[in-house]
Amino acid sequence: MEGMAGQKSSLTWAVNIAAFLLVLLWTIPTLGLFVSSFRDRDQIAQSGWWQSFSASEQTGFVRSGTAADQVQDGPLYVIEGQATPEGQRLIAWGTSPRNPAQYRPGETADLGDGATLSVAEDGSYRMTSPQPFEMTRGDRIFVTTSAPPSFTTQNYRRVLTAEGLGRAFMNTMTVTIPATVIPILIAAFAAYALAWMQFPGRALLTAAVVGLLVVPLQVALIPLLRLHNEIGLGKGYLGIWLAHTGFGLPLAIYLLRNYMVGLPREVIESARVDGATEFQIFRRIILPLSFPALASFAIFQFLWVWNDLLVATVFLGNTREQLVMTGLLRELMGSRGGEWEILATSAFISIAVPLLVFFAMQKYLVRGLLAGSVKGG
Amino acid sequence: MELFWLAISTIVIGVFGCVAWFWGSNWVLDRIYPARGPQAGDNIRKANQIRPWLFLGPAILFLTMYLVYPVIDSFWRSLHNANGSRFVGAANYTWLAGDAKFRESMVNNMLWLLVVPALSTLFGLLAAQLTDRLKWGNIGKSLIFMPMAISFVGAGVIWKFIYEYRASGEPQIGLLNWIVTQLGGEPQIWLTIPGWNSFFLMIVLIWIQTGFAMVILSAALRGIPEETIEAAILDGASPLQVFFRIKVPQIMGTIAVVWTTITIVVLKVFDIVFVMTNGQWGTQVLANYMYDWSFRANDAGRGSAIAIVLMLLVTPIMVWNIYNARKEVR
Repeated sequence: MEGMAGQKSSLTWAVNIAAFLLVLLWTIPTLGLFVSSFRDRDQIAQSGWWQSFSASEQTGFVRSGTAADQVQDGPLYVIEGQATPEGQRLIAWGTSPRNPAQYRPGETADLGDGATLSVAEDGSYRMTSPQPFEMTRGDRIFVTTSAPPSFTTQNYRRVLTAEGLGRAFMNTMTVTIPATVIPILIAAFAAYALAWMQFPGRALLTAAVVGLLVVPLQVALIPLLRLHNEIGLGKGYLGIWLAHTGFGLPLAIYLLRNYMVGLPREVIESARVDGATEFQIFRRIILPLSFPALASFAIFQFLWVWNDLLVATVFLGNTREQLVMTGLLRELMGSRGGEWEILATSAFISIAVPLLVFFAMQKYLVRGLLAGSVKGG
Repeated sequence: MELFWLAISTIVIGVFGCVAWFWGSNWVLDRIYPARGPQAGDNIRKANQIRPWLFLGPAILFLTMYLVYPVIDSFWRSLHNANGSRFVGAANYTWLAGDAKFRESMVNNMLWLLVVPALSTLFGLLAAQLTDRLKWGNIGKSLIFMPMAISFVGAGVIWKFIYEYRASGEPQIGLLNWIVTQLGGEPQIWLTIPGWNSFFLMIVLIWIQTGFAMVILSAALRGIPEETIEAAILDGASPLQVFFRIKVPQIMGTIAVVWTTITIVVLKVFDIVFVMTNGQWGTQVLANYMYDWSFRANDAGRGSAIAIVLMLLVTPIMVWNIYNARKEVR
């Protein structure tokens, strides 16, 4: 960026613009989901979410009243009513499908035999005729209207109460929290042993942990499911907690060991000299000092378990009561792909918690990534 | 509510159980070999030999049961028929070799392997360099990093709103088709175009992984010694030359780490394909194919064989990681 003085400002501009475009490109998809979750079904089906900030034009028709609705007004027979939906502004109207925008608001159309139709600015129409109307079915009035941008929170209300998402949210919570807490404890002790205790096989074990980091989950699915069935666990929360604990341990041990190795040797040595037991050293010195690494792993594991679909599908089952949010989303995508408003809202709720955690704890997440970027889900 | 209490009690039991094990076993060890009395020195030595295994015990148990045993068991199952009742030798593997869908999955996985790590690293590097000295750089970084927190399924829904197709003439509600029609093109059903649809799925993963690459590479770029850059500028190097000739070569090691990490993610890619196309229209990948055979066709033999193929593909990276980790320890 340190060019010659004259080039500098134009280069800075170019960098700013390029960076902005890149950020925009990466943000737009999520923004689209967010905006869509506040639109109702018709809006989603009729226009793209990016058009939702400007007024949208729609063309449709309504039927006028029938002969039964007519009233007499002096010499004229009159049918009156409203041609536009509530809250929409009339742009143009017409009487034939071939030319649905023939007239401006306020103009009067000649229907023949002295009959007229006019639609006012506010969308009310007035149909008059010197003879009584005889039709049993209303005439069509074609209207082009403009609806102001409108957003609704109705989707959220519906999804949270009626669509089983509340239940799925609880299920996901139930899976995630124990599956995040338990591996931390087990890994912390193991990491301490690997980092600060002398024993034969230490290097081998450390290497094994690094190796196990990349074992594909797919390999573990069938054997573990059978194992769980044989020892009577079957499909259920206990099984999925144990599975996530097992799958999360290599990363936990790896991250924590790397961090603990870097703690100052003098502190630990002097504690040993003072007669502290290993257990005391671990609890009083290592655990508090390792807080950043513990937090990093906790976030990783939380995000990973919350977002997981595969392990939940295999170890928890797929009935409506058992589904976690990712599973529910998948089902919504498959069976009810047309109900966009439900899909968008459910998806946004399911990613809201990880996003909150992400933005609140980004510092620790980045630190953890830098400390051990080997795991791959 | 019941569920809530179940979760809470599990946390309490789990945490309490762990603490009880670590504390209790230590206590027992200290009783058996007390660190005082006539044999204090001998006792301490013996206790110190045993203690690491108490600390490691639960972890080793879990790792063995949930990762080591399954690899062996999967291999063993892959040599058996669908329900594991009959030993069939390498029959599942020879079947794989002749299976068209398996070949399609392999080809797709290789395509994913070529494209996703390359583009994620490239965009990550670009993002890291561009946002590095901007005032709003950290906000920009957060936003590019954000998709990492989103589940693959959520990302599938998000990108559905990009790829959605409506017949020509109707209002397009998918962003991509809207852009295409605005430019005068015909709307496409992106996820069914043979050959190209895989790329539209890959874009989703690239979108997720770029943030990861950016974070790591950004830290590496900041770690480059200033003198090397200043020297190059004094010698009249242009900003582009500084970037490609001075900076990139110095962070090659980090680029390799990022590349291999994303490679592992890619090898195991499942959710994106599972929810967006389910392997139809020629987009099948190994992980999803494995799921199909294991849990839809209920053929543990063939499913395990595919899982073992995945395992074999990961192995070189595993060896490389172990090699590097040991080098660091020394």
